[in-house]
Amino acid sequence: MSLLQVENLSIAFGGVKAVDGVSFSVEPGEVFTIVGPNGAGKSTIFNLISRLYEASSGQIIFDGQDITHRPAHDVARLGIARTFQNIELFDHSTVLQNLLIGRHSRRGTHWWEDLLFLPKVRRSEREHRRIVEEVIDFLELAAYRDKLIAGLPYGVRKVVEIARALASQPRLILLDEPASGLSVEETQNMAWWIEDMQKDLGLSVLMVEHDMSLVSRVSDRVLAVAEGKPLALGTAAEVQAHAKVIEAYLGTEAAS
Amino acid sequence: MRVRFKSSYDDDINLFEDRWHLLQFGLLLAAAVVAPWLLGSYYLGELTSVLIWALAGLGLMLITGHTGQVSLGHAAFMAIGAFTNLALMLRGWNFFPALIASALVSGVIGAIIARPILRMSGIYLAIATLALSIIIEDVAIMAAPITGGVSGLFAPTIELFGVQADRYGDPAMFYYLCLALLVLVTLAYLNLLRSPTGRSFLAVRDSEVSARALGVNVARAKTLAFSLSCAITGLAGAMYAHLVQAVNYESFLVLISITLLLQVVIGGLGSIHGAFFGAIVVVMLPQLIAITRDLLNNSFGISMASYPGMDTAVFALIILLMVIYEPRGIYGIWIKVRTWLELFPLYRKGMFRRSRTYLKTERMR
Amino acid sequence: MDILQLLVSGIANGCIYGLLALGFVLIYKASEAVNFAQGDMLMLGAFLGIAFINTGNADLPFLIGLTLSALVMGIFGYLLDRFVLRGIFGQPQFAMVILTIALGFLIRFAAGAIWGHDPVSLQTPFAGRTLELGSLIVPVVDAVIILATVALTTTLYFFFAHTRLGVAMQASSQNQMAAYYMGIPVKRVNSIVWALSGVVAAIAGVLFAAKGAVEPSVGLLFGIKAFAAAVIGGLGSLPGALAGGLLVGIVEPFAARYLPAGSSQIAPYVLMLLVLILRPGGLFAQISQKKV
Repeated sequence: MSLLQVENLSIAFGGVKAVDGVSFSVEPGEVFTIVGPNGAGKSTIFNLISRLYEASSGQIIFDGQDITHRPAHDVARLGIARTFQNIELFDHSTVLQNLLIGRHSRRGTHWWEDLLFLPKVRRSEREHRRIVEEVIDFLELAAYRDKLIAGLPYGVRKVVEIARALASQPRLILLDEPASGLSVEETQNMAWWIEDMQKDLGLSVLMVEHDMSLVSRVSDRVLAVAEGKPLALGTAAEVQAHAKVIEAYLGTEAAS
Repeated sequence: MRVRFKSSYDDDINLFEDRWHLLQFGLLLAAAVVAPWLLGSYYLGELTSVLIWALAGLGLMLITGHTGQVSLGHAAFMAIGAFTNLALMLRGWNFFPALIASALVSGVIGAIIARPILRMSGIYLAIATLALSIIIEDVAIMAAPITGGVSGLFAPTIELFGVQADRYGDPAMFYYLCLALLVLVTLAYLNLLRSPTGRSFLAVRDSEVSARALGVNVARAKTLAFSLSCAITGLAGAMYAHLVQAVNYESFLVLISITLLLQVVIGGLGSIHGAFFGAIVVVMLPQLIAITRDLLNNSFGISMASYPGMDTAVFALIILLMVIYEPRGIYGIWIKVRTWLELFPLYRKGMFRRSRTYLKTERMR
Repeated sequence: MDILQLLVSGIANGCIYGLLALGFVLIYKASEAVNFAQGDMLMLGAFLGIAFINTGNADLPFLIGLTLSALVMGIFGYLLDRFVLRGIFGQPQFAMVILTIALGFLIRFAAGAIWGHDPVSLQTPFAGRTLELGSLIVPVVDAVIILATVALTTTLYFFFAHTRLGVAMQASSQNQMAAYYMGIPVKRVNSIVWALSGVVAAIAGVLFAAKGAVEPSVGLLFGIKAFAAAVIGGLGSLPGALAGGLLVGIVEPFAARYLPAGSSQIAPYVLMLLVLILRPGGLFAQISQKKV
């Protein structure tokens, strides 16, 4: 059974159909990438899955549960984590604090227990910290642990955002343009990390990305969309060779 | 400079970094405990006042400084706390149950108001809370059976275990009462900040979108923060009522709400220190101005005609300079001084340089 | 007829709220800041008007006094932005809220030190005169206020919709950095907006003083009420500000007449809270969701 199943998903903003009848599924342990020109509705699909937007029609099923109308905070608890296109970190906190907030969906204490800091809270804090440290090791962030986000270089922030998502121990991670704004070396690292997430952590990855070298290197399957509609689905090479995709990117003349 | 080696996760979880840190706060508390022997009754009263305003400041800090929701109406919750406490005590309740009731009533009313009000943000929230504060002034007059109407209520004597503990009966006892309350609330506040609940508040402050994506129920977090904030402010209101001995609708004017916000800004938003620093400034500034005025008069013969509202004007001027030159308030200065001392002689200019920012529209949320 | 009479006085009051609300909206439109000292600028404008016009003071004709007061307040607004507010250029909205609250305190203190704390009113050529329209009696002051408001609002509306400067102001409010890139001198534009809002505050102030007495602390609560009016209309909309002002002006006398005592003071705020709860962006809302 698929981990994530999106069926006939649509959303309209004041008459403009940003996403129009998109269907796809992500299998457990798969890296699935959505590509498309700017404004094709890729990020909107992410926002629909993480329930920041309300779908006009269609269905989103995660691990057998219909999440189309679940509140956003529930979706995180079910095991979907995400990053944002324009990094949304907590700028006034340290890397460590950011990652600890990433543990929020796994919290096991109530506010009144927190208020009194019962021994139970301390135990669970240690556990949160242990898991966060694993993530820090995994993404090699130890040097930045106590640094404020506001002072970090762009490339590091991108990694911290992924780390924050991983801290919630998700089963599916949504990466919104993980390589945008990164240098060649940083993109190289990103590719390794995505492969590690898939192989070592057994995660499913749903990604939006423009860098086709990264896409072809890590993706199992690729979906191309344009103007909110699906164009082609297949391996990276198949999709890149697809006539409709070339047309969407380069215009009709190039395709003919 | 001092270097700290961490050897377990508990080093980051504990309230105090190390023994030296613990010692510092121990000494501060010890100084607070012996203060009644060192100070005259006038200055003891002022110090008590500092404690109470610090308590109110902590309440506002929780929602504005740590959850990022501006409230220009917190005097309303001081009023609710004060009237609840006095009204219950006048009906024969003991002080402590009535105090707890103050916190509960303020907290519950806060929670009820929070839902509709916290759907707004930024400037809309500020004006909505300001409106709340104005409305409560008139409600305090209209709800005469509880609040005593225009004439208000007088504070009854506080008796604890057979000892009189109100301001006139035994000022030192009253001071200790306020101190104990403040220490307890501060500890609870610190606990909150080092646990998931407090982190969810910070998350809401810094990025609601990603808070939501990380599993924070934003509406619930805001409601909880607002309710706790109101409860703390309600406690402060109750203690304030006992400090000034009589309250009516004029005790909690909208100006108090505004001053309270300015207080936490001047102290430093987003830090517990800030609530304390701010309270010290608000309470001590009029003293300082009066002393300066006398000094100028006596030693230089410069006679400053005593303009009414001089305190407020100086206070406003400080705020003005602070917002322009040191937006993180006194706490910001404190951090710089501390860093300078810790790094001596390695401190460089520009370590705290602010990066250039451009206003982004807040119509998009 | 009684209702009509209440309505007219409500509209005249509402116009002053509306004018002050316009001042808020002007600044909000241009820099997305809210000027909590707007009420105090009105008070300052009123005192200037009194200083220019009243016999025993400068004793100038009404219109010249009004113009002078508007001019001085315009310069005041410009200088305020140039030398004080520019210090926090680019910082979040909240910093501006705090800064203008502090400014309001200072203006109030200065006015008290200069003019004292006793209420004074403006002597006008039309004081006490009335127009009779059938059985309806309209004080000339009210008529002047209404006409002045209509004229000023229309001018401002055309200014924002059709002049280069007006459009530049709107652009710089929506995205400061982008406006910079497009060659708009954002800082200059800001200062001009503040000058404009000073002018509007002065006109509102002089009209206010023509109708009733002024003292230094009058600005605070009046300003808050006008702000409530601006919010009811939806900050950022000039017609909205006027509509909100009128609504607040009309609600007050009716609440005083028909509702229990004390409710006329809180009626505008209750109205505002209701509007905000039902339509969080005001009646003419402009808020949209943040893009991620």
